[in-house]
Amino acid sequence: MKSIADIMAIRDAMRSHVGLRDNADAEKEIHIVVGMGTCGLNAGARTVFNTLVDAIEERGLAGVRVTRTGCLGNCEDEPVVEVHVPEKDVATYKNVDAAKALEILNNIQA
Amino acid sequence: MYRTHILVCGGTGCHSNNSGKIREAFEEQIKQKNLQDDVLVVGTGCFGLCAVGPIIIIYPEGAFYSGIKVEDVPEIIEEHIVKGRLVEKFLYHEKALGNKPVKALSDTNFYKKQTRVALRNCGVINPEAIDEYIARDGYQALIKCLTELDPQQVIDIVKASGLRGRGGAGFPTGVKWQFAKNQNNDTKYVCCNADEGDPGAFMDRSVLEGDPHAVLEAMTIAGYAIGSHQGYIYVRAEYPIAVDRLKIAIAQSREYGLLGDNILGTGFAFDIELKLGSGAFVCGEETALMTSIEGHRGEPRPRPPFPAVKGLFAKPTILNNVETYANITQIILNGAEWFASMGTEKSKGTKVFALGGKIVNTGLVEIPMGTTLREIVEDIGGGIPNGKKFKAAQTGGPSGGCIPAEHLDIPIDYDNLISIGSMMGSGGMIVMDEDNCMVDIAKFFLEFTVDESCGKCTPCRIGNRRLLEYLDKITSGKATMQDLDDMEQLCYYIKSNSLCGLGQTAPNPVLSTLRYFRDEYEAHIKEHRCPAHVCKRLIQFKITDKCIGCSACSRKCPVNAISGEIKKKFDIDQAKCIKCGQCIATCKFGAIIKE
Repeated sequence: MKSIADIMAIRDAMRSHVGLRDNADAEKEIHIVVGMGTCGLNAGARTVFNTLVDAIEERGLAGVRVTRTGCLGNCEDEPVVEVHVPEKDVATYKNVDAAKALEILNNIQA
Repeated sequence: MYRTHILVCGGTGCHSNNSGKIREAFEEQIKQKNLQDDVLVVGTGCFGLCAVGPIIIIYPEGAFYSGIKVEDVPEIIEEHIVKGRLVEKFLYHEKALGNKPVKALSDTNFYKKQTRVALRNCGVINPEAIDEYIARDGYQALIKCLTELDPQQVIDIVKASGLRGRGGAGFPTGVKWQFAKNQNNDTKYVCCNADEGDPGAFMDRSVLEGDPHAVLEAMTIAGYAIGSHQGYIYVRAEYPIAVDRLKIAIAQSREYGLLGDNILGTGFAFDIELKLGSGAFVCGEETALMTSIEGHRGEPRPRPPFPAVKGLFAKPTILNNVETYANITQIILNGAEWFASMGTEKSKGTKVFALGGKIVNTGLVEIPMGTTLREIVEDIGGGIPNGKKFKAAQTGGPSGGCIPAEHLDIPIDYDNLISIGSMMGSGGMIVMDEDNCMVDIAKFFLEFTVDESCGKCTPCRIGNRRLLEYLDKITSGKATMQDLDDMEQLCYYIKSNSLCGLGQTAPNPVLSTLRYFRDEYEAHIKEHRCPAHVCKRLIQFKITDKCIGCSACSRKCPVNAISGEIKKKFDIDQAKCIKCGQCIATCKFGAIIKE
């Protein structure tokens, strides 16, 4: 049997899990896109992607969404990460690795 | 932490279209690719757009793929999950936008005009996972009631919200609860009417399949409000998925202490039991439903006494419909003012409709009260297929009536629908086009009520049978104008003398079609003609000069009624023809007509 505090704890723990399915505010959110075509994947895009998702979860950042996309065209620069902030120019980062990914997140937070 | 969620619709429509296999295929192939820690496959309730099922949605992109088959799974995984590219050919193509692909379900015209309150979790959460329900503020309303509000305050909130019963009659829910609370009795019951029986209605089914905990939570709140410790859900055994998910949900709630002797340690006791009905339509009537729960034959009994005074096992009882309960938690959490801000003056909130019949987007929609029928049919429903013209919409099932084209702009609420001779009903909405004969429609519904009449009272048992005979006479072209008048009199007699709601409303389809389509009745009687070419005894199939003599129709005809010489015009032997229509479907030249 659970107590009220237990229910609250379950809610808080599960919120970001189910929150992934809420794209009602998608237009107002910061959107990080990781190029994950064959080129990107071979250059280590999956590590970048996982690092971003885990760090966002860890830091409890709301309103930041990470998605993947295909090849962005400049394969020699992969892994490529695009950051879409609403009403701002798109920032494109090249040759991203796990360390750079965290730096990008720091930038967004700042 | 999963990076991607693949939601596979597990509502009845998609399920019967193999969505269970699709889900298994996703799970299996995700595992093969070693992505099981990244990608979660979730079975959900109904997304609503049943016409293009099976549906899957992939988050975080929100990509909405429709008409998916098991064979398509590898391509979606390879393209979308591995390479991150939308698979355009599986995206939903919006006809109104020139057949362009639309990425997210929320971007479709079908979805934009909807407001989801009762359906808020349908197609979002896994109905078999209580934790996902809790994540979406599930059981917060119950906690609020048990810790912050006394029973009278709960009832006051429900009253102030203006919520009216979603089963069809529209009785104010808070007032019903107040009656039951005011009864001085140690034993009271909370019942849920999940015996959805109208032809073409699947709202309650979808709520139970997609969000069963919402109903359990609301019933517990109702128990707290009126002072009851036992609830019953009367659900039809023909809804196996709904029954299974309810069973799972009840077991989970008991395990979490959300049902039982001491709910969440607050000392309040409440439990819920399932009762399976065998599908008798009359058991959706409240007194018959309770008689059936008691273990007797499902027959209605006279009211008063009303259930709130003397209901189940002769104890004070409240009985609400599934959709009514599905609104309760949101009213408690967001407040009565929030709920009352939606809708019209006397009908607050939203209403779920099951759209069916001659409409492009068959499915489940939830709209604010006061939305016009035109918006539902044309914008949300995507209009009538094959370029046909709208003729009428039937609401309220066998108890309701039809709304003709002249009332397309009427804002839909309880009172407006009554004023034009129809009713809200539980929310089935069947759209008809110019190919539907209104006399035939009335006959269809009456055949249903004649079958489903329990036989306890004479006006319903015999009156409706006689009424059906009149309709049969009309559709075979043998009736007189006197019959039409007599029939109308009989309708009023049945309405005013039947014991329960079934009989009292059974003549409604006849009365409302008479009101708006009297000319069609008269054409059948005076001219022996069925204007929509539906009534078999009043039409003939004919082959026109367009016939090139290919003999395709004569080979298809099951009774060998078509004969002729190759490359010359064929003929139909009217004495043999059974008017099955197979020849019309076969002819590639449009040479066969009905007249």
